Amino acid sequence: MSAGGTAARRWRKPPLIRNPFLRYGIFLAAAVYVYWALSTLPFDWERIQEGLPRAARIFQGAFPPSFERSNLLIKGFVESVQIAIIATIFGLIISVPVAFMAARNLAPMPVYLLGRAIVIVARSFHPVIVAILFVKAVGFGPLAGILTLTVYSLGFVAKLLAERIEEIDWGQVEAVRATGAGYFTTLLYAVFPQIMPRQIGLGIYQLDSNLRASAVVGIVGAGGIGATLMNAFGRYDYDFALAITMVIIAVILVSEAVSGRIRKKIW
Amino acid sequence: MVSRAAAPPAHREWHRYTPGQRLIRFLSYLLVVAVAVWAIGDVDIIWPWFFDAPNAMADLFGRMVPPDFSRMDAIVAALLQTLNIATIATVFAVLLSLPVAYIAAQNTTPNRACLWLGRFILVSSRSVNTLIWALLFVAIFGPGVLAGILAITFRSIGFLGKLIGEAIEEIDRKPVEAIEATGASRGKVILYAIVPQVVPTFFAVSILRWDINLRESTVLGLVGAGGIGLLLQGAIDTFQWQTVAAILLAIIALVLVGEAVSGWLRRKVI
Repeated sequence: MSAGGTAARRWRKPPLIRNPFLRYGIFLAAAVYVYWALSTLPFDWERIQEGLPRAARIFQGAFPPSFERSNLLIKGFVESVQIAIIATIFGLIISVPVAFMAARNLAPMPVYLLGRAIVIVARSFHPVIVAILFVKAVGFGPLAGILTLTVYSLGFVAKLLAERIEEIDWGQVEAVRATGAGYFTTLLYAVFPQIMPRQIGLGIYQLDSNLRASAVVGIVGAGGIGATLMNAFGRYDYDFALAITMVIIAVILVSEAVSGRIRKKIW
Repeated sequence: MVSRAAAPPAHREWHRYTPGQRLIRFLSYLLVVAVAVWAIGDVDIIWPWFFDAPNAMADLFGRMVPPDFSRMDAIVAALLQTLNIATIATVFAVLLSLPVAYIAAQNTTPNRACLWLGRFILVSSRSVNTLIWALLFVAIFGPGVLAGILAITFRSIGFLGKLIGEAIEEIDRKPVEAIEATGASRGKVILYAIVPQVVPTFFAVSILRWDINLRESTVLGLVGAGGIGLLLQGAIDTFQWQTVAAILLAIIALVLVGEAVSGWLRRKVI
């Protein structure tokens, strides 16, 4: 019973990755990657060194936040809310037929593929990219915001609604079909009652999500509070910009809490 | 028999909801319609333009065909830069979010002040959008990739910290008590009792965030923070719609590849 004996029996934590070559290989690869990526990215170090005094100037300019032009702030917010509401309504309406097209159990194969393609295209672009295209096509302002967020809502709601449609209880569909009902009557009486709660919940979630997104798409010119923020930033009104950002955060927190509570009640 | 048949049938009609429920439902529908009418009536839109939007979009897409791939080398270089911004920012965010998650979880936080500090960091990081962070960092450090990396890092800390913190709050207490009972130090308790329980969530959340960051880093360039967005903005500003189409296709390809890679990693690791 020497000291060496106990040392040999000491328990060690098993490593996360059993194979030592793979384990150190991954570490080495990660380190090499980070070094390579940092060395290829074009950093403008001279400009970055000016950063700290600039940050000090920006924060000095930003404090205290200025609510002097609160009428502008309120106008921007009302517009954002309107954009979010209209886009949610259009998105919810359009998403219903698309969701039926993209549900495997209801749609024939070619229709299903078309529905899936619409969902994938609507979902793969960031709303800001969609917004910048709409701004070019229909001009600056809330219209571009509404169209952008409609596309954004369509992709999200249609995808989740289609998943819900695929999970419906098929017995009810068979029961209504057995009475001799046609295709649309079957949808109306056997499918809709089963998916309505999900659609209302998604609508409330999407309203919250659209309100958030409308603050962002405004930055590229699609109206709402984002446009107000961008203007304040462009004019170096950092105190007004800080006020806008604070109000955006407050509104987002409130809307998240409200939508969470409503959804809890519905589901 | 006679008296039962005489009862007015209207009273016995079956209703799914009670009158009170029906009133509430009716009032909620009314509220939705009223809000919709207000929003549509009051918003600053010239409605003929709205109905002309499909034509405008068709015109725009018409100009995009066929996509012009002649600047493919520049596009691939920008895609690679976008990928690097997203990956490096995710690595930084993962490292920074761990201590924040630790102090923001109720069962591991050292004291109340730390708990509120942690929650404050998470909420402010999460409620400011990546693009707004990018605007701020472009104003401070000038246009370039550093602003983009910082913007994505700052936005991701809140997301990762919140989800990892929730995982820490949901751990099984028993291993912690067992290790504590052996007289282990705080660091050992974390390493042997807490970390093994949150590792699966940690990897799942980090991979998910990398996927999201890849999408977000495609738009950073629109406010001057590097990546393929810069190229897109340049092509749009000079009305080179065929190049725009090529860039958009490249972005779809990047996003789909990112989705495939993150799906593969998830299956591999978890």
